Parts: sequence; C-alpha cells; structure tokens
Amino acid sequence: MNNENNNDTSKKKINLLIDNITVEVDDSSTVLGAANIAGIHIPTLCFHEKVKPYGACRLCLVEIEKRGRSRIVASCAYPVEDNLKVYTESPKVEAIRKNLVELYLALFPFHSEIKALAKKYNLRKTRFKKENNYCILCGLCVRYCAEVKGYNAIGFVGRGINKKVTFIPDSAYFKYCENCMECVDICPTGVFPSNYGMERFPQISD
Amino acid sequence: MELKLVIEIKNKINSVDKLKEKAHEVEENYKDCIEISLCSGTGCKAYLPQELYRLMLEELDKNKEKINKKIVVHKTGCLGYCEKGPIIIIYPKELCYLQVKSEDIPEIVEKTIKDEVVERLFYKDDNGALIPKVSDIPFYKYQNRIILINSRMDPRNIDDYIRLGGYQALVKALTAMTPDKVLDEVKKANLRGRGGGGFPAGDKWETTKNAAGEPKYVLVNASEGNPGAFPNRLTIEGNPHSVLEGLILAAYAIGSNQGYIYIKQEYSLAIENINIAIEQAREYGFLGKNILNSGFNFEVKVHKGAGAYVSGESSALNTAIEGKAGEPRLKYIHTAVSGLWGKPTNLNNVETYANVPQIINNGADWFMSIGTKGSAGTKIFSLVGKVKNTGLVEVPMGITLRDIIYKIGGGIKDDKKFKAVQTGGPSGGVIPEHLLDLPVDFDELTKAGSMMGSGGMVVMDEDDCMVNLAYYFIKFLSEESCGKCVPCREGLRQLIYVYERIMEGKGKIEDLKLLEDLALVLEGASLCALGSTAQNIVLTTLKYFRQEYEAHIYYHSCPALVCKPLINYEINKEKCTGCMLCVKSCPVNAISGEVKKPHIIDQNTCIKCDACVEACPEKFSAIEKKTGLLGVKL
Repeated sequence: MNNENNNDTSKKKINLLIDNITVEVDDSSTVLGAANIAGIHIPTLCFHEKVKPYGACRLCLVEIEKRGRSRIVASCAYPVEDNLKVYTESPKVEAIRKNLVELYLALFPFHSEIKALAKKYNLRKTRFKKENNYCILCGLCVRYCAEVKGYNAIGFVGRGINKKVTFIPDSAYFKYCENCMECVDICPTGVFPSNYGMERFPQISD
Repeated sequence: MELKLVIEIKNKINSVDKLKEKAHEVEENYKDCIEISLCSGTGCKAYLPQELYRLMLEELDKNKEKINKKIVVHKTGCLGYCEKGPIIIIYPKELCYLQVKSEDIPEIVEKTIKDEVVERLFYKDDNGALIPKVSDIPFYKYQNRIILINSRMDPRNIDDYIRLGGYQALVKALTAMTPDKVLDEVKKANLRGRGGGGFPAGDKWETTKNAAGEPKYVLVNASEGNPGAFPNRLTIEGNPHSVLEGLILAAYAIGSNQGYIYIKQEYSLAIENINIAIEQAREYGFLGKNILNSGFNFEVKVHKGAGAYVSGESSALNTAIEGKAGEPRLKYIHTAVSGLWGKPTNLNNVETYANVPQIINNGADWFMSIGTKGSAGTKIFSLVGKVKNTGLVEVPMGITLRDIIYKIGGGIKDDKKFKAVQTGGPSGGVIPEHLLDLPVDFDELTKAGSMMGSGGMVVMDEDDCMVNLAYYFIKFLSEESCGKCVPCREGLRQLIYVYERIMEGKGKIEDLKLLEDLALVLEGASLCALGSTAQNIVLTTLKYFRQEYEAHIYYHSCPALVCKPLINYEINKEKCTGCMLCVKSCPVNAISGEVKKPHIIDQNTCIKCDACVEACPEKFSAIEKKTGLLGVKL
C-alpha cells in the first residue's frame, strides 16, 4: 500500500457503481472515464481525450443517484464520487436520448455514433425539419486549436441559433494553419471545412 | 494634495457614534422643511423629469420672498406608479400628485408655499373620491415596501440614505458582529435568492466561505434581460447604496476583498448611479482599506455587460467578467467553489443583496415575520401588460396573484377578461385564471409550472394568443441562448418551426406531441437553466390552453385574433356608411369603394396591418376581424 502511494499521496481511489458494476478509479476521473474502464459504452460526440470536457453534445447523459436523489448529468465532466450510483441506460436517460438522437437526425445523420443510436432506438426518420448545416458546433476544432496547439486560429461567432465556427482573420491562417490542419482530422462530422467554403483546406474526399 | 487628505479623513465615518452624528446632522438639515420628491426614474424619463425639476427650481426662485419654510426638491429614483407618472410626492403631508406636466409646476409650487393643495392632480378612485395621501392610494396601500424606500432620497446623495438608516447595518456588523454572526443571521432569516431560483443565500455564502482558495469574490447579478422585467434596474437606480451595503456585508461575512457588479450596458442611469454611490461610499470610508477600523478591506468594480441574456446565468456571468463570451460552463463543481478565475465566488441578485442590510438591522426574526414560512420577506415585481396600474410593486410573499392584479393593479385594462399572467420571464410559465389565488411563493409558483424569476409579471387578457406568446418567448430564447449545447440550440430552433407551422394554420395534431417531446429534451438534456426552463412556457401553455392550440390546428382559427395568417378583415355592409376613412388609411390600397357606399376589402392585397380598424370611427365599428374556416370565433 505504502509503496504504491510513494509518488503521490493525494491520489485516492474511488469506488462507484455503474450499471450495477463496481468500478475502482482515481479520484480525478470522470464518470465517462470510469465507464470506459469498466467496459461500458457511453456515446459521445464532442468528447476528445486531448481537450477539456465541453458538455455540448449531451449524448453522454447518464442518470446518477446520490443520497437517494437522482439527476441527469453529462458523464464526460461529472467527477466520480464514492458510492455514486450511475445508470447509463435508465428509462429517463433513454427517453431523453431518443428524442435527442432524433434532433441529431435532422442536424447530422451521417456520424457512426448517431447511426448506431438511431438503429438502437429504431428511428428510421426524423419528425423534425432538416437543417442543411452539417456542423454540430461541438467545438472540437476550436478547442483543439486553442488548448492543444495554442493557436486560436478558429473561433465561434454569434450566439443562439446563429452561432457559427469561423476562422480568425488571415494572419492566423498564414502563420499556423498551412502547416497544421489537424482540425480537419478532429472534426467528428468529417465534412469540415468544406461546409464553410474554405477552399484553402483540403476536402475530406481528396 | 494635503488638503484633499484632510477632507478625506474628516469625511470618514469610523464609528457608530460618528454615523449617528451624521444621520442627526442630515435630519437637522431637513427639519421642518417641505420635501418635494420628483420621480426621475427611467420609466418617467420620456416625460422629461429634468425639465420639471428645472422649472420647479425656477418657480421656487421666483417665489423666494413668499417662502417661509425651507423647501427641498429630491430627484428620486422610480416611485413605482409608472402608469400615472411622473409623480410628485410632497412630504411631510405625503401628498401625491399624479401625471404631472410642466404646466402644472407653477401651481404646485404656489399652492405648496401657501400650504394648499392641487386637488385636480390627486388620485381619483372608482367613485370619483379624491385620495390625497400616497399611502391611501390602492396601488401603494397593499404593498409592503422594505427595499423600495427611495421616495425621500436622491439616489446620488449618500447622506439621504444615511438619514433613512443607511449603513447602520454595516457599522453594526463591523463593530459588533463577527463574520460568522452576520452569516448566521442571514441563514436564520432564510433569505432565498431573488434572482428566481430561490436558493438560500446563506447556504451559498457558507459554501463560498468554506471553499478552499483565495481570493474569494462576491458578485452582484444585475444582468436583467427578461422582456417585461425591470425590478433590478430600478432598484439600483433608485437606491444603489442598499445594494452596495448588502454586498459589503456579504463580503465581510464570506471573507472576500473584491466584488464585482455585473450590470447591463443598456442600463445607463443605473450604471451612473452605482458608480456615484461607490465613490461616495469610498469617501465615507465604507469601501477601501481598513473599513471602520475593523481591519476589513473591500473594493468593488462595476463590470458593464454586453447585453447577452444568457450572461445572467451564474457560470456564464463568471466567464463574461473574465472577458470571454458569456457561455455557461459545466458546473458540477459549483461556482461557489470554483467560479471567477477558478476561485470561490458568491453570486446573488440585486434584490437579494438589498435585503441584507434590513436583516442585519432588524434581525432575522423580523424578516421571518414577513411573508410565508418557506419564503420569507418581500418580492419586487414589475407589474406590466394589460393591467390598469402598471409599475413597480413590492409585496410580502404569500400575497395572492389575484390581490396583486386586482387590488394593486386595479384589474384588467378596459375591463376586459383576464386570461393569464406570466411570471418569471422566458424561463417562467403562464398561470391561468383558476390558479389566481395561488400565493406568491417560490415553491407554489414552481408547482404550478412557472417560477418566481427575477420579478417580471406580465398580465394578459382575452386579446392575447397563448400560442403566439409561447412563440414569442421561444424566439427570444433562441436568439439569446449561447448556442453551445445541442438540445437547447437545436431544440429551440425546431420549436420555432413547429410554432410557425401552427400559427400559419398548417399544424397537425401530432405537432402537440412533438412540442412535448422537445420540452422533454430541453428540460432533461440542456447544459444550463436557460434551456432547461424553456420548457415551462411550452408546457404551461399546452397544459392550461390546449384548446387554443387545437383551435389553431383543427379549425385554423386564432380565438384571440392575433395570428395574422388565420385572420381576415371584413367590412360589415350594414354598419359601413361609406365615409372613405378606411380607404384613405390603407397603406396597400386594398380597400375600394365610393362615398356613401359600403367599402370592400380585397383579401389578396390586405396585409392585416390593423390600420383600417383604427381609422373606422368607433360609432360605426364596421370593420370586423374574423378567423377560422367558417369565420366562427370559438
């Protein structure tokens, strides 16, 4: 025991229950991380291990039970706690996620995760009006550029239903983008950035 | 430089006695004098109160010789009765003059000097009886004003605030109470957050106090953006010192040395007044280093917000002050523990802070004696919409909505039929007539599907379409959401499509299920409260006014005659006398006809602008609005 904690005495192990399976993880872990260790799949879109959790896609919702009270949280960011009970497929979660997937079908139906979920919930078509904009504003490109690369060459503009991802003026492009373009690979929709008419970026089909 | 220093030291108040001395000195100044309070709040600004003020000083100057008593004119913040503004209240007799115009000023001054009254400007009740005294006017009679005490106070004069007992709580706390004792008192008083959520302020303070990390911050949330809500704005404008005093007390209890007041840039008068208040408080030694020789330091800055509605959300407000776009964060760790720059941060609403000095002054038991068991104290509402007396009201918790609307508000305008009252802005819901006896209380309103919110109360009558109302708020939210999370952004976008369909008469009955499903996603999956409370307006209108939705869908009819695609204008041939007024008024020349012959509206050209209805003389009322497949009003 002592030998194990030689390096970092503050590191504590946490025991929690995910779908009735006991999982032991570091106290710095999130519920999503713990579920991965336990081999339980929680769907995600905007999560990437290289950047901080953002909580925008809301696909990773789980129901947690703490001191007899339950609530719905985003597992990608929720910190683990001792004796926390997590249900990844409770009726409440499934009801919300089913409708959420239907929203995604109107927004971007081509992602493998969305396809798999649509199949799971037996959703053949969406009742919602289809959007032509394939960007789901998960912010992975923006966050990757800022957090990992430190370039801040891409950013959000506008708010609400008018929010968009855009390139910060050309200086950033000439300085960094030509030699990087890693955002293209991180985009979960795979259509970045052809959707924005940015000719200077290679198209995914190239 | 030295002289300035001497003045500064001279002005500093550093003990209980010195504050009492100051209050006494101000009181002596006002002794035996006639005080004229002139409402100069934002609501009355269109009536040019500064012009009235100038005229009044001119008149007083003209009549200098006749004055045997000292007369003081206060330019006060909003006095509340906006419907009848601008208002003048004359103390000590508490005479209240309503809807004062510049031509009334000479008479008011003349009569006041002679100790007479101007009867024609008094409030007239329904029987025509005159009510001269302000506290007898029904609008004020049923209120319980403990925060809106600004009627004898120039908001830009700290002495006026001190005269009314201001900064006594601060001096009391800093000289005779430990920070823990202040915290205990607020906890004991069960002061709940007035921003809408109703979270106990004392608990929040305690969490921040006990959280690890220095420095700690205290913030004031004055990012009020609901359509129809303005209590925070007018509280800061009318009595900025009460908010400031509450903030300093909170900082003392929590152990914070830096505060921020986040206020919308649009609130120019409020920003001006709070900045002046901060300067004056600093001069008197209530801000700065070693306040009242207690060793406690505190500074406060005003942060002007760029006007995004979502910045009123606690974590978004923190990001906004940090200089980023106001976007909510994942807050599974509360902002009380990790807020502004990752430090423990306490955030309360303007009104919550304004309550604190009163609690410290009068004790928790006094505060608990007002209001209900679960919700102590008073609440400020901006009463607007189709109600006779619009304005700013402060009522004890537990008062029924019916009392607010009918006793204080005087009932529905033009004696039309009440339909619903909307509380809590876009996050709240509508409350129908059969729930009007609901007491105003955090828990009761939540149970009814609405919420207290920051104090907007919009009254609607039979001419308001509930489908259109829900659409309006959803549209507002869709533009004001930060757009970060999918359920809120896409959910609101799809809600707009559904509502537009229904309002055009193209809705299907399945759309109602769609609305419910979208409400479920919004409530369950949204990142912050903006999205999760957006369902309230959808679900309450669906629950209480389902028949209106069904009328739109089944009968293509808008019972309130609001949704333009579903209504048309027709001229009643029997009533029309052929006066040509409507023909002239039509902007698109859709009406044809000759003099003394009934006119006809071309339905294909008509843009449904309502101009002809206004042009048609009331005695004829020949133009009729019709709706529905059969033209039947349901």
